[in-house]
Amino acid sequence: MNIGGFQPVILWTDALVFLLVLLVAAGFWYASKHEHLMQPWRRVVDSRTGQAALVVLLFYIVVGLLDTVHFNEQIDTDDQGAPIYSTEIVSLFDVVAGTLESQREKSYSAPFATHLYSKETVELADGTSTREYPLLEYGGQHLAEGDSKAADIAAKALTGAIKGTLIWAILIAVIVLMKGKGAVLVGRLLRAELDKPWHVGAWTALFVFAVFGSFWELSAYYHILGTDKVGEDVFYQSLKSIRTGLVIGTLTTLVMLPAALLLGIMAGYFRGWVDDVIQYLYTTLNSIPSVLLIAAAVLMMQVYIDNNADQFNSVTERADLRLLFLCLILGVTSWTGLCRLLRGEALKLRELEYVQAARAFGVRNFRILMRHVLPNVMHIVLITIVLDFSGLVLAEAVLSYISIGVDPSTNSWGNMINGARLELAREPVVWWSLLAAFGFMFTLVLAANLFSDAVRDAFDPRLRKQR
Amino acid sequence: MTAYIVRRLLYAIPILIGVNALTFVLFFVVNSPDDMARMHLGNKRVTDQAIQSWKEEHGYEKPLLYNAGADGAGKLTETILFQKSIKLFVFDFGQSDSGRDIGFDISQRMWPSLAIAVPTLIVGLLVNITFALTLAFFRGSYLDFWGVVLCVAMMSISGLFYIIGGQYLVGKLLNLVPISGYDTGIAAWKFMVLPVVVGVIGSVGAGTRWYRTLFLEEINRDFVRSARAKGLSEHWVLFRHVLQNALIPILTGVVVVLPALFIGSLLTESFFGIPGLGSYTIDAIQNQDFAIVRAMVFLGAVLYIIGLLLTDISYTIADPRVRLE
Repeated sequence: MNIGGFQPVILWTDALVFLLVLLVAAGFWYASKHEHLMQPWRRVVDSRTGQAALVVLLFYIVVGLLDTVHFNEQIDTDDQGAPIYSTEIVSLFDVVAGTLESQREKSYSAPFATHLYSKETVELADGTSTREYPLLEYGGQHLAEGDSKAADIAAKALTGAIKGTLIWAILIAVIVLMKGKGAVLVGRLLRAELDKPWHVGAWTALFVFAVFGSFWELSAYYHILGTDKVGEDVFYQSLKSIRTGLVIGTLTTLVMLPAALLLGIMAGYFRGWVDDVIQYLYTTLNSIPSVLLIAAAVLMMQVYIDNNADQFNSVTERADLRLLFLCLILGVTSWTGLCRLLRGEALKLRELEYVQAARAFGVRNFRILMRHVLPNVMHIVLITIVLDFSGLVLAEAVLSYISIGVDPSTNSWGNMINGARLELAREPVVWWSLLAAFGFMFTLVLAANLFSDAVRDAFDPRLRKQR
Repeated sequence: MTAYIVRRLLYAIPILIGVNALTFVLFFVVNSPDDMARMHLGNKRVTDQAIQSWKEEHGYEKPLLYNAGADGAGKLTETILFQKSIKLFVFDFGQSDSGRDIGFDISQRMWPSLAIAVPTLIVGLLVNITFALTLAFFRGSYLDFWGVVLCVAMMSISGLFYIIGGQYLVGKLLNLVPISGYDTGIAAWKFMVLPVVVGVIGSVGAGTRWYRTLFLEEINRDFVRSARAKGLSEHWVLFRHVLQNALIPILTGVVVVLPALFIGSLLTESFFGIPGLGSYTIDAIQNQDFAIVRAMVFLGAVLYIIGLLLTDISYTIADPRVRLE
């Protein structure tokens, strides 16, 4: 039914994610021209855990970005030959993982199962009926009678791992060729003889590629993490949830960053009544427990959405706006910390000689802020963003559990946990959805925590002196 | 000192007014009572009559800011602003949307919350400080390294996992204590064990790591080195010099949450079925009971401000050099 054409769709969060990618790219391009800006990043790469964490994060980011490029597929052409597009919004990731999504079962099935999880009444050919575990429609159905499932799984996993390793080898070869010197460099990389621990990054990448390769290979034949209540593949859900987690973790700070920067620096630099007003503002916001503020705001948004349902074209759009709003409101509760830090730093900076000198020369306040204050607080901003990330990813799950998180139709780890929680009361227990959500979340948050430690060590001037 | 406390209390007034104004805008201006009525009544084909009677039933029928229909002071008091927002200042929470007296509910439900939150805080503090001191004692060794790794790993696990895992392991597999519920009086201890243990385990990663950093900062100070040079044993140095001097940052973190213990933990209470204020709030959120959420937001803000004040006072007790003026 898809005949090739497509029409790009840019949702609100997509636009912001693209903006973020642009900003990061521009930042790196700018930093690469200035040695003093590159130095802390070199220190991040110097750290072994930092490098390993970065590789894992990059893997998550690639999946998230693939899931961010949205479009409508062309389904037909009308009489004049003009294309007709499907109203369903799909992403590049959906196209790549199409088989995973389409292979729906009827209900729960365990990981690598070939039969459904609960008995059903089946009518036999002779008219009698029995209760048995029905066969799955897709999972493991390529096996012939008498084939060993374990052997098949092992073979498929090995094939996938080898494929992943091949891709990894090609990637390493390309990177090494770009650097020149070829074979010598590869040898030194594998023997860990380079000036930086690049081998840690390379081995982590190999691990990620091999594991994901075998998962991917297997997932075409089995539901490797089982299926959920409506028969959707849990592995697919977990991968789709990556985008939601990343969006919450990054956009929250992005949307509130301008306000925190502006107000924090202004409060510290101008002092006086400006300081009083801004302090009052953040003390007031800060004094409301954040969960309650989020609950209140999300409740109000639900009322608005319910009463103005006609303003949203599709479920995807509504869910997307809700996600964006959640980022906003999480931002409102988390910007106060950064604002206070920036105020303190600006208070300190304004008394330094070079700022005093600039003021004595009659340099405009705006120019002083831009040239002398802003660049000197950027390390605080960066450290805060990276440190906040993991907390926000975890917060999403909690908020979704108490039904003030993302839209129920959005794939997220919080929604997966929420949906699977009640199944723990079943006998025997349906555990795979929970474990998949916690596992994916744990990997991301652990990588983010390790990475943020490396970033903090590299960027914080206080810590640098101690070494 | 008294003058300082009075001044701080006066500072609290504009902040509470700000909180109140924020909730007023959020609950009555962004969405009018009409919107809420329509939502509660189920949105489709709701008659004006039905909306009107819902509003009257729940006391939302008055004008927002100014009641031209009333006489005298009633022009200002017979309004939603006065009835639903300003009355919060004297802790008159009014009725919930389902018709119950919120003030009474709060006075009943704060005790189970405290029964869970206080032991969790105390046990958690003891455990975290013990672990952190141990790591600081063995600093630089493998024990320290792997201890920190374990802390980071435990920090990275979602709090939901500890709760669900704890319930499953202890309650269902081992059948040691009931999974959820609550009881009055002494019999409640059975129901308290699991939430407290889960709460402590959930906080141990971040807590231990944070206290360890505090202790290590102190351990490199000059007075610690001279204490060691005098020939004091390492235990004595740790307890007498390091722990006592790290007390201020520890207090900052602990005292500020003390008043908030009344509110309890939303997650823990709703998972373990404890009839405290946390599960009260969750139920209100899920039933979209706006009056309760509004009351809890205000109460939370008041308790936070009291917490800040207590923090300042506790400084003077922990460190005689600090004087409040």
